[in-house]
Amino acid sequence: MQTTSDEVLIVRIASADRLAMQVLFARHHVRIYRFVLRMVRNEATAEDLISEVFLDVWRQAEKFEGRSAASTWMLSIARFKALSVLRRRGEEQLDDETAGAIEDHADDPEVTLAKKDKGAVLRQCLTKLSTEHREIIDLVYYHEKSVEEVAGIVGIPEATVKTRMFYARKKLSELLKEQGIDRGWP
Amino acid sequence: MNTANNDERSEIEGLLPWHAAGTLGRRDTQRVEAALANDPELARRYELVREELAQTIHLNETLGAPSPRAMAALFAKIEAEPARNKAASINLGARIRAFFASLSPRTLAWSASAAALAILLQAGLIAGIMLKEKNAGGYETASAPTNVAGAGAYALIRFQPQASAADITNFLETNKLSISGGPSAGGLYRVRIAATKLPKADLDRIVKTLREDKVVGFIGITE
Repeated sequence: MQTTSDEVLIVRIASADRLAMQVLFARHHVRIYRFVLRMVRNEATAEDLISEVFLDVWRQAEKFEGRSAASTWMLSIARFKALSVLRRRGEEQLDDETAGAIEDHADDPEVTLAKKDKGAVLRQCLTKLSTEHREIIDLVYYHEKSVEEVAGIVGIPEATVKTRMFYARKKLSELLKEQGIDRGWP
Repeated sequence: MNTANNDERSEIEGLLPWHAAGTLGRRDTQRVEAALANDPELARRYELVREELAQTIHLNETLGAPSPRAMAALFAKIEAEPARNKAASINLGARIRAFFASLSPRTLAWSASAAALAILLQAGLIAGIMLKEKNAGGYETASAPTNVAGAGAYALIRFQPQASAADITNFLETNKLSISGGPSAGGLYRVRIAATKLPKADLDRIVKTLREDKVVGFIGITE
């Protein structure tokens, strides 16, 4: 069965088709929510943001030029809105403090238990990355965005995307090492 | 290992996350696969990437989903939005892309030659121009009540396949032409040159001038 493409839905949304909006929302809202939640780290804020993101889709559908996938376009909107929240909150500055606070609890019994499970430790370390590093890791691994698409969403050159991904992974390895897991890389 | 090989290896290693996610192009995929087959250390590092990929998915999947409140809030906001003109608000380019997007790659591959696509695409562009003209109250279309058959001077025109919507709009505006019908088979449009009948010599002169324009592929007088 062939489903209606996102691009077709957006054209319908441009002509004020609410049903198309519902379909697009149903198709993407969870991933968009998770993307912004990973950035703003607050469920209520993330929920507010996704309705804002899709409202922008409703308003700007006629301007969608289809140069990128619809999901890439929506992630760009979501990122912009999440960063606005972070700026208002001043969380960019607090980010390192947040990470530091998590590291301070590295020897909690819960964490010690988690060390038995390398996957759990890795997931914990993923949450300790900076916003910039979390974002690129999520876009590449979870949202399945190509180098070009990440460049479009984040607004950086493709070469920088690769460099940033390298440093995000390097930081992840360092965090793992602090938890006693040496991956032998980089 | 020499510098060139090191550079190549670093470049390939930089692509591993995208290879694991399946988002590389065919050429890069082949390069990475060839390198992985011949470089055990790179293959080991690729396993680290796959581990990261798996745990990133796991982490995101445990984040849950938003409550129905999000959708309710969205549609409440949409309801509060001012009503908009449904037909006029559709972006023409998006509509054409949507049309092609609605075709499966197989359909496109087997059913569409490049020429047919060009004509179809242009038909979409011109339909958009006609729609805009109609909404702007400017040019008349075939359905316009004032466009009585037999009145006016007309030509059949085929635009160059590479002519853009902007080129065609500019051509029509500059020469005070309006599209009154088409496209027929072969991508021909009927355009109105004047609101009243013109002497043949005058019409020939105008058509000859129009033929010189870069957007025109073919033009000939018609009734």
